[in-house]
Amino acid sequence: MTDDRPDLASELSPREFLRWIWRQLTSMRTALSLLLLLAIVAIPGSLLPQRGVNPRLVEAYLIDHPTVGPVLDTLGLFSVYTSPWFSGVYLLLMVSLVGCILPRTAVYLRALRARPPKVPRNLLRFPASSELVTSSSPDEVVAAARTALGRARVDVVERELPDGGSAVELSAEKGYLREAGNLLFHVSIVVVLVGVAMTALLGYRGAAIVVEGDRFSNVLTQYDEFGSGALFDRDDLPPFTVTLDDFAATYQVDGPQRGAPRSFEATGTYAEGVDGSEHPFSIRVNHPLEVGGASVFLVGQGYAPVIRVTDPDGQVVYDEAVPFLPADASYTSNGVVKVPEARPEQLGFQGFFLPTFVQGDDGATRSVFPAPLAPILGLFVWHGDLGLDDGRPQSVYVLDKTKMTQYMTGDKGYRVSLQKGQSQKLPDGNTITFVDLKQFARFQIAATPGIEVPLVGIVAGLIGLIGSLSIRPRRTWVRARREGSRTVVEVAVLDRVPRVDLPADLERFTGRMTEQLVPVDEGDAS
Amino acid sequence: MTLEQLGRLSNYSVVSATVILALAFVAYAAQWGLARNVAAVRQPVAVPGGAEAPALDDLEPDRSDVAGGIGYSLTSLATLVLAVGVVTRGLSAERVPWGNMYEFSCVGILVALVAYLVLVRVWDIDWIGALVTVFAMIVLGSSMLFVYVPPGPLVPALDSYWLVIHVIGAITAGAAFLVGAAASILYLLKARAEARTPEDERVGFLWRMPSSAVIDQVAYRVHAFAFPIWTFAALIAGPIWAQAAWGRYWGWDAKEVWAFITWVFYAAYLHARATAGWRGKAAAILALVAFATFLFNYIGVNLFVGGLHSYAT
Ligand code: HEM
Repeated sequence: MTDDRPDLASELSPREFLRWIWRQLTSMRTALSLLLLLAIVAIPGSLLPQRGVNPRLVEAYLIDHPTVGPVLDTLGLFSVYTSPWFSGVYLLLMVSLVGCILPRTAVYLRALRARPPKVPRNLLRFPASSELVTSSSPDEVVAAARTALGRARVDVVERELPDGGSAVELSAEKGYLREAGNLLFHVSIVVVLVGVAMTALLGYRGAAIVVEGDRFSNVLTQYDEFGSGALFDRDDLPPFTVTLDDFAATYQVDGPQRGAPRSFEATGTYAEGVDGSEHPFSIRVNHPLEVGGASVFLVGQGYAPVIRVTDPDGQVVYDEAVPFLPADASYTSNGVVKVPEARPEQLGFQGFFLPTFVQGDDGATRSVFPAPLAPILGLFVWHGDLGLDDGRPQSVYVLDKTKMTQYMTGDKGYRVSLQKGQSQKLPDGNTITFVDLKQFARFQIAATPGIEVPLVGIVAGLIGLIGSLSIRPRRTWVRARREGSRTVVEVAVLDRVPRVDLPADLERFTGRMTEQLVPVDEGDAS
Repeated sequence: MTLEQLGRLSNYSVVSATVILALAFVAYAAQWGLARNVAAVRQPVAVPGGAEAPALDDLEPDRSDVAGGIGYSLTSLATLVLAVGVVTRGLSAERVPWGNMYEFSCVGILVALVAYLVLVRVWDIDWIGALVTVFAMIVLGSSMLFVYVPPGPLVPALDSYWLVIHVIGAITAGAAFLVGAAASILYLLKARAEARTPEDERVGFLWRMPSSAVIDQVAYRVHAFAFPIWTFAALIAGPIWAQAAWGRYWGWDAKEVWAFITWVFYAAYLHARATAGWRGKAAAILALVAFATFLFNYIGVNLFVGGLHSYAT
């Protein structure tokens, strides 16, 4: 490698300096370093929570680590894969890749038209070479060599030897496809990177929780989470609706895997367009619904107790199914109920839902099975101002307690504990009822236009890779000259990539050749 | 047989395979130990310039060879028993036997052992046996101790034919990576010894192994075989499945990140071998680092980091 002379840089003209930079960047060694660097800079993203993957975990991390957190944040460590330094490394790798592909393609195209290199003068100097004698004529030797070679590009010439005799020389080259495979592979990497960028820019992805009986419309306000690429216009969401009629979950009921999920299925109807007709659907894990250019995936589920609050006058002030987000495998779930219409003050509830509760020896309840065999709702109660009116958007899963006071029983929080159908009168005269239990499905709705580009790219890349790793470019030279009644044959093989088993290959090749040749008479052989 | 009986038979088989592997390891260790005072005798013909020391007329090489033969037979037996364990596991769970970490380990080791046994026939690589058996024994043993789950149906997310394709690809590549890593370790040992040991002190098992150039070639070929399979499993089948299951083909989940890191390191290894100054030792070290990232993905990410893929445990 001649491109390792950094001290030269200072003496070069700007133009030469740029060329020098370009040569550095496109050298194999730089590509190697960039590859290693890319692997290393990807690591922190797997160990720290990422905004693009799970923003809630990032917020939790920032709260738990008030000193380190913000520092890591400024370094972009919570969005590694969109950070300037990560992008920097992979852009450099792209440049290096392109800078490597272009000249190599030119070289390859020239090599494709070139003839195999002439037979060198002294064949027996090559590490993988041998000599044999036969009674066949030089032309027969060459014909045998061609057969033994199989598919290859072959040149045969007759040449005068310095000693006055003549020799038939064969030079052959095969394995051109290796470089083609290698180029295809590297081009494919570029295609994949471009395709990935494209799908990210053009696509969108969001998640929404839909309770049984409810309808989801594909508009921004109905999403709990939404993200889209820079080239996607958020007003451009294709109109469709999905109505969830029923959510069915089954769990292992016995054996050591008791409680393990067995199947989830969301069924209902969907309609495409603004006033499209309704069609039935069934969405299961791994089996999304395709609608309006998007796919609707089932990515989660949980319980939504229907809660009713009546004020002291008997007026219903709240009657809704409230999704409680599951926190563990037996669906211990957490949730919040906000009742702004309650009298005399607004009410806020925060607590848990257990689908199958048991009471432990310590008096604490916990869930032992994910299906709702013995559901219970346990809530603490706050009264005051929910803070809904000050204009700031609020999460429906968080209770802002800054302007609220908790009801107490002695020094413990006042507790609401309801099984299905039960009611409880609160200290302020309102009544809360656990009316019914519904389930909710968490859908992920995603459109990934152009996803075929990275797919085709990577598949082409794999084909190229297999070619590049399995095809051996090889040169074979044979020289046959007549010496009296015998023909002396010199053979040498050379691989572009040095290999230790070349001599064995040579032996096999000469073996295939001699099979077709007439051996020298016993008495004649020396 | 009932499903429970099949499950129990599977457990007994895996335990037995582990024990037999331990014995095989002892035999292979004896193969090394017994050759302690033996000079090189088994250099294959294909080694260019490999100085071939004359065979010593000694009983020791025979004893070493016998131990090696026993090691090979025991490894074959362990493979057979483990195969029974894997098949009965699948029968008792009524599905493909690779749905959780315990099962991945069993199938992965089974594939690695088969690969090893085949390669011993093709390339005479029984010198790798000690490393392969000890690793297989550790993986099987610790899987039974730490991540065992009784046979049962799959969680819904895994219930897809992509499980069959994606996981079998990952396991095959992983098994080959394991053999490649073992070869790389031996390459480093042998290359070091070749550089440091004077001609007349070259005794012991290391000198009955092929030259470092041959070992390097074996390592390269195994890696070159594994890398496209890994590319397929991790970067094609995985994303296709993720797209079907989660609506995004790539989400930088911890498992995906490490699969990518592994891929990049092995690509770097292949590049290193074509780059001046990186051939040989540096390339072998890269291969080992790459294998470490593979192991970390399998053990560390599954057990400690978590993420969407953590149902694998
Ligand atoms: C994502 C980045 C890359 C990956 C995954 C990758 C992968 C590979 C692989 C697997 C090989 C081995 C094929 C063989 O042995 O022939 C290879 C060879 C090669 N790569 Fe890359 N490559 C990457 C980037 C680059 C870049 C940026 C360059 C340009 C400097 C480059 C230059 C080469 C060259 C010159 C070879 C041929 C080596 C030989 O002839 O054996 N690669 N690449």
